[in-house]
Amino acid sequence: MSFQPVKFYQTGTFTVGNRLLPDNERSVQSTDRRHNSLNSGHRACQGCGEALGARYAIDAAMEATSGQLIAANATGCLEVFSTPYPETSWQIPWVHSLFGNTAAVATGIAAAMRVKGRADVRVVAQGGDGGTTDIGFGCLSGMFERNDDVLYICYDNGGYMNTGVQRSSATPPAARTATTMAVGPTPGNPFGQGKDLPAIAMAHNIPYVATATVSELRDLEAKVRRAMEFRGARYLHILVPCPLGWGHDSALTIRMARLAHESGIFPVFEAENGEVTGVSKIRRQVPVEEYLKPQKRYAHLFSPKPRADVIGRIQEAADKNIRKYGLLDTQGA
Amino acid sequence: MLKQTEGSHAVAEAVALCRPEVICAYPISPQTHIVEGLGEMVKSGELSPCEFINVESEFAAMSVAIGASAAGARAYTATASQGLLFMAEAVFNASGMGLPIVMTVANRAIGAPINIWNDHTDSMSQRDCGWIQLFAETNQEALDLHIQAFRLAEELSVPVMVCMDGFILTHAYERVDMPTQAQVDAYLPPFEPRQVLDPQEPVSMGAMVGPEAFTEVRYLAHVKQMQALDLIPAWAAEFREAFGRDSGGLIHAYRTEDADTIVVALGSVLGTIKDTVDALRDKGHRFGVLGITCFRPWPTAAIRQALGNAKKVVVLEKAFGVGLGGIVSANVRTSSGSPESVYTVIAGLGGRPITRDSLARIFLEVEAGTAPALTFLDLNRAVVDRALARERATRRSGPIAEALVRDVGLVTAQLR
Repeated sequence: MSFQPVKFYQTGTFTVGNRLLPDNERSVQSTDRRHNSLNSGHRACQGCGEALGARYAIDAAMEATSGQLIAANATGCLEVFSTPYPETSWQIPWVHSLFGNTAAVATGIAAAMRVKGRADVRVVAQGGDGGTTDIGFGCLSGMFERNDDVLYICYDNGGYMNTGVQRSSATPPAARTATTMAVGPTPGNPFGQGKDLPAIAMAHNIPYVATATVSELRDLEAKVRRAMEFRGARYLHILVPCPLGWGHDSALTIRMARLAHESGIFPVFEAENGEVTGVSKIRRQVPVEEYLKPQKRYAHLFSPKPRADVIGRIQEAADKNIRKYGLLDTQGA
Repeated sequence: MLKQTEGSHAVAEAVALCRPEVICAYPISPQTHIVEGLGEMVKSGELSPCEFINVESEFAAMSVAIGASAAGARAYTATASQGLLFMAEAVFNASGMGLPIVMTVANRAIGAPINIWNDHTDSMSQRDCGWIQLFAETNQEALDLHIQAFRLAEELSVPVMVCMDGFILTHAYERVDMPTQAQVDAYLPPFEPRQVLDPQEPVSMGAMVGPEAFTEVRYLAHVKQMQALDLIPAWAAEFREAFGRDSGGLIHAYRTEDADTIVVALGSVLGTIKDTVDALRDKGHRFGVLGITCFRPWPTAAIRQALGNAKKVVVLEKAFGVGLGGIVSANVRTSSGSPESVYTVIAGLGGRPITRDSLARIFLEVEAGTAPALTFLDLNRAVVDRALARERATRRSGPIAEALVRDVGLVTAQLR
């Protein structure tokens, strides 16, 4: 008879198992209250960070609103893999209109709920980084500026993965995509471009802005819960590694997200009314090489000729994030 | 109640009587007074419950309307010209999803060159977008069509565009008969959506549809519009019963029974055409007029019947397909026994006045058989020839429209 050891804890992480926590702090996913809003059977790639992020985020939103939730979805991976009709993975009312108008569609839904006296029904808009930072940016900024009662969630995988990995304004410097090729003297995406959307959201002075990754899922759930305590425009930016576009092993999705945080490349924080109110500290800063090396989109930085200069610039940016947000836990681990 | 009011305000009042629940507003001339009027009614509490949302673009205006309509609210917006083009992707999306939004288009030219005056290029550019398109002849008809439009849209789950000539109607003060709230409530039932986002009954809307069903989804939209061909005249008749006047319907025929030549047109220019035709009739020329109120769906049978035994047909249109000619006339030819007897007259582009003198001249040329198949009314061919000559002479001949305007000279010198 085969023997399978049962693991109660993950090892090599600082994650605490659910059963060690009091009931009210346990993950929605670990309880029978979870709604399976994005149900199994969808067609995301193996190791998809976006599917994981969406599942946690929307289930947490369902929990926070007692199931009174409507979602608007931008065109993109999440839309395509979740609704190859006649199949749909959504167990909540869900609408997809266009690539660039999701925030506005959500505004319309929220307006309809208000006019019908159903302000208890809350609205989530969601899209990838292309639908958020590029083509949907106008509608998003308008929704922020009017302070419409919508939680907008951006699942940031740093590019247009659904169309075959092209550059977006969220693609990080030096990353190879199909439109920032790893050729020439400055291979990959140029430095000095791109949008810091959480900062732009904060500049709108909306009630709540937060970032999260799929490596700290309980933090992600807590931020969705917190977001739902506010009325008005809220923005949640979730880093979701993409095995296809990043070129890492599909088993490394969560590790990639964790390394993005622990290297300082992706600061995890929350902000209220335009001011940072909390950051997720880094216990031990890891050098950016550890994050870059498992990803084929950065392979040109390591061979045939190591590009210490480029890696150095990425390290500088990470160090700057750490200083700017005070990410290092100076008390020590 | 009879009142003297601006066309835009008449439409705003009529829309308010339809009890819209979400109104999206973005300013663009010449529709702006409509949403301003509605915004004031919402802000003062006169129109309630209603959400008035100042959006950041027309693309957002239509998108907010899509979200509101999908969530079961009666949604309305208004636009014109560049605004209609800017929202084009969402316009197609609204009809593709079958969302019964009503939108006023205050017809205006499309740039470049930038031009704020009236013609029909904006609506015509969206003729295949899947919306029902109704064209108002007068301010009275414009306000009446909105009341009919909401009922039609919601019954069929198809969006409806009410087109009215920018400035000529929107900014004209005219006498209109404004219905009462009770009359409108009796005619227009509350919105009962066929599809709605509801946490109690979760559905997915806007999912991907592949080749296995896409044709059928599109064909269903066509079937809905064919159904509209029956509903529109039936409900125009009901409207006559309830409100005591003729408004809407598919077409309006005027003195066509014994006409040798019938002039076909859309919108406010029909008034000038009827005056012209009356004068020609007085001189013994047998002309008639056919106004098309419902441009989409195209009322083939009604038009074929109305054109009847006319020997010639003149289509007067305020837009044209560059490189082809008439757009409306291409449609008319599909409903004519002899397509070669259909003449196209392009007129009123970018707000150029359409005068009775010019109309009478071209109508008589058509009657006499001396008119070409395609005429641009009052075209100043000389300045076009000068522009062509300039391009032949000089490679870098400079900005095209600007040089042409310089050749035309001061507008004040043109006015007679």
